Amino acid sequence: MTNPASPPAARGFFKRLGERLSTGSSRIAEGLKSILPGRKIDAEVLEELEERLIGADVGVEATARILEDLGRRVARKELGDVDALVGALRRAMLEILAPVEKRLQIGGAKPYVILVVGINGAGKTTTIGKLANRLRTEGRSVMLASGDTFRAAAREQLAVWAERNGVPLIAQQAGAEPAAVIYDALQAARAREIDVLIADTAGRLHTQSHLMEELKKVKRVLSRIDPGAPHEVLLVLDGTIGQNALAQTAEFDRNLGVTGLVITKLDGTAKGGVVLAIAQRFKIPIRFVGVGESLEDFGEFDAAGFVDALLRPAGESA
Amino acid sequence: MFDQLTERLSTALRNLSGRGRLTDENVADTVRQVRLALLEADVALPVVKTFTDAVRERAVGAEVAKSLTPGQAFIKIVHDELTRLMGEPSTGLDLRAQRPVVVMLAGLQGAGKTTSAGKLARWLIEKERKKVLLVSTDVYRPAAILQLQTLAAQVGAGFAESTADEAPIAIARRALDEATRSAYDVLLIDTAGRLHVDAEMMAEVRDLEAAIHPHERLFVVDSMAGQDAVNAARAFNEALSLTGVILTKTDGDARGGAALSVRQVTGKPIRFIGTGEKTDALEPFQPERIASRILGMGDVLSLVEQVHEQVDREKAEKLAKKLHTGKSFDLGDLRDQLSQLQRMGGMAAVLEKLPAQLQANAAKAAGAVDPKALKRQIGIIDSMTPRERRRPDSIDGSRKRRIANGAGVALPEVNRLLKQFDQMHKTMKKLAKGGMLRNMMRGMAGRLPPGFGP
Ligand SMILES: Nc1nc2c(ncn2[C@@H]2O[C@H](COP(=O)(O)OP(=O)(O)O)[C@@H](O)[C@H]2O)c(=O)[nH]1
Ligand SMILES: Nc1nc2c(ncn2[C@@H]2O[C@H](COP(=O)(O)OP(=O)(O)O)[C@@H](O)[C@H]2O)c(=O)[nH]1
Ligand SMILES: [Mg+2]
Ligand SMILES: [Mg+2]
Repeated sequence: MTNPASPPAARGFFKRLGERLSTGSSRIAEGLKSILPGRKIDAEVLEELEERLIGADVGVEATARILEDLGRRVARKELGDVDALVGALRRAMLEILAPVEKRLQIGGAKPYVILVVGINGAGKTTTIGKLANRLRTEGRSVMLASGDTFRAAAREQLAVWAERNGVPLIAQQAGAEPAAVIYDALQAARAREIDVLIADTAGRLHTQSHLMEELKKVKRVLSRIDPGAPHEVLLVLDGTIGQNALAQTAEFDRNLGVTGLVITKLDGTAKGGVVLAIAQRFKIPIRFVGVGESLEDFGEFDAAGFVDALLRPAGESA
Repeated sequence: MFDQLTERLSTALRNLSGRGRLTDENVADTVRQVRLALLEADVALPVVKTFTDAVRERAVGAEVAKSLTPGQAFIKIVHDELTRLMGEPSTGLDLRAQRPVVVMLAGLQGAGKTTSAGKLARWLIEKERKKVLLVSTDVYRPAAILQLQTLAAQVGAGFAESTADEAPIAIARRALDEATRSAYDVLLIDTAGRLHVDAEMMAEVRDLEAAIHPHERLFVVDSMAGQDAVNAARAFNEALSLTGVILTKTDGDARGGAALSVRQVTGKPIRFIGTGEKTDALEPFQPERIASRILGMGDVLSLVEQVHEQVDREKAEKLAKKLHTGKSFDLGDLRDQLSQLQRMGGMAAVLEKLPAQLQANAAKAAGAVDPKALKRQIGIIDSMTPRERRRPDSIDGSRKRRIANGAGVALPEVNRLLKQFDQMHKTMKKLAKGGMLRNMMRGMAGRLPPGFGP
């Protein structure tokens, strides 16, 4: 385990992600070489690849785009063997992911306000705990706001994370108006000259328009104190879910203007291929990924590291 | 997204119409579309393969019933097969065991176990008149125990206390004692979320099962789960020898393909679906509904049946023949159609059959088709002479005024109807091969035939 006091370098983290991923069953490129050693690339190999991509939640559309590209090169006889194919696959994936590798740049405003949103159980509260830890170790002062006044014991859950990180928490009783809680928190954070305010919100399905309105209201009242706030609208997506992540991203973005994504739960055997589908369709930066339930299971998104973790055969080192 | 299959199929099916028998070659493209649609719905790849093979086998050589187009016959096969695979309608929980009956919930993080425990308790209390005790063995997630305690208080269930420094087995044993002592009917055990590849955590839940022997061992799975749901389900089934499944968050717009995957690999019945965050948002599982949802078709099938029963068969056939022989569709035919719609209870009844997301769409388009408008439109056509009905182009200004007077409507309404008919007529010509019912179905799926649009 890495020392939580010093966040691991991105490479090391993704190496760990690769190890985590490798505990699962076959990954995308794994076995391609052993099943088809020295094999010429033909339609059958491409079909096998198509199935692996779809099996990794990459989705029909993004898979088609990747394969179209590879298919053209095969036709031009550019890809002689499986090695060349995997190399081309890696490049095709990087082409999709590199543009969304953009770090969260905190600064300019004080407090810098991060509004965390997403559907139920995606990992918002846990992500806030991890992010607070990260910001603390960077030497920033952090405050948390408990905007989930709906789910049973949501406030207490966030309180535990606040305590673990030694950061203040602003909360009200269950059933309170989320916008009011977060508004108060921003005033408190200002008064106390806090660097970063992170606001938790209740999980909501993107199809629930009244709950989307509630979030829009949160945004509106924040901007009354600081026209730039929230400075980051962070959408947390569960990496084990399937193609519905696309609909979620579209709806949250349409309603709130999402500025960054976090993909959680990549420590299972789910391959998180939906990240490719999302990056392909939306140009929203992916800020962080989560690979477990403790503070240190968290890192910045790194396109190359992510692709390598997806493609590197088990046992092979980075 | 939801009507992708309908869209995919209607393209593929166009090539299927007008033939009496489904053959290998005429279903090939359609089977491919079904495959893609299921993958888009997150059904796991191996499960999709088994399924499409089964569909192909059933479809090829199948006789197409006279009343159906080949396309409809094919959809019906897909839908029936899917419904069959989804299993029987749920009968709730199996409580035929010595009291206290122990029910355990397990699954991945954030799937909805704790919420479902609260919902099940409420359901057992209200519907089955049981005395229910809840206990949490989640000693990991911050405030997980308090979350369950809050829910227990909300639904009026008993709550066996526990703390985060205890061992799950010790907690469960104590709760079981308490349930026995205080004569509870049911003990519901909530567990921590765990990944199926986390060996230590899987061992923990296996040990818990072995120590307590719960009568029901339910896997709680998010209806949005991706391809990996199949691996998770298999691992939990191996560890706990599951007795059933709860599918959560079906109030979203995910197609819920995971339900089919989980059902396939575990062979265990889906007992309940979660339909919201509140404690009353739990419903017994109905295979037909989930099958339709995965296909993105709503209740389209039962709609087909309903349309069939109520449409005057003979008239429909006459119309079909007319369209095929290229004879023109006239206002008299439109009247028949309108009154068929009327008999079906108007668009409102039709709309109820559609999945929620479609409803919004269709309702917008169908705004113009309230029963009153339908009646007025029929009235307008009834005020025409037979010749006018056959030759709408012969209806000049003074005829229009006469018709408006006769039907008791304003002149613009007559104009609108004629204009709509004109559009419809043009479309009809294009769609002549498609078959009336299918066009109607497609229309209902958000693209109403011209004349029914706003
Ligand atoms: N394995 C794993 N579990 C996670 C991760 N992030 C969150 N979780 C778990 O997912 C569940 C839901 O997380 P929570 O933060 O409460 O979600 P919220 O409802 O969006 O606030 C909890 O059991 C968390 O411990 C992750 O990266 N990996
Ligand atoms: N919309 C909706 N939300 C649900 C449903 N079931 C659970 N949830 C929400 O999903 C989140 C995670 O649920 P929880 O019971 O804590 O999951 P657990 O980690 O498996 O115990 C919470 O925000 C719940 O309110 C459901 O059927 N519909
Ligand atoms: Mg939360
Ligand atoms: Mg729980």
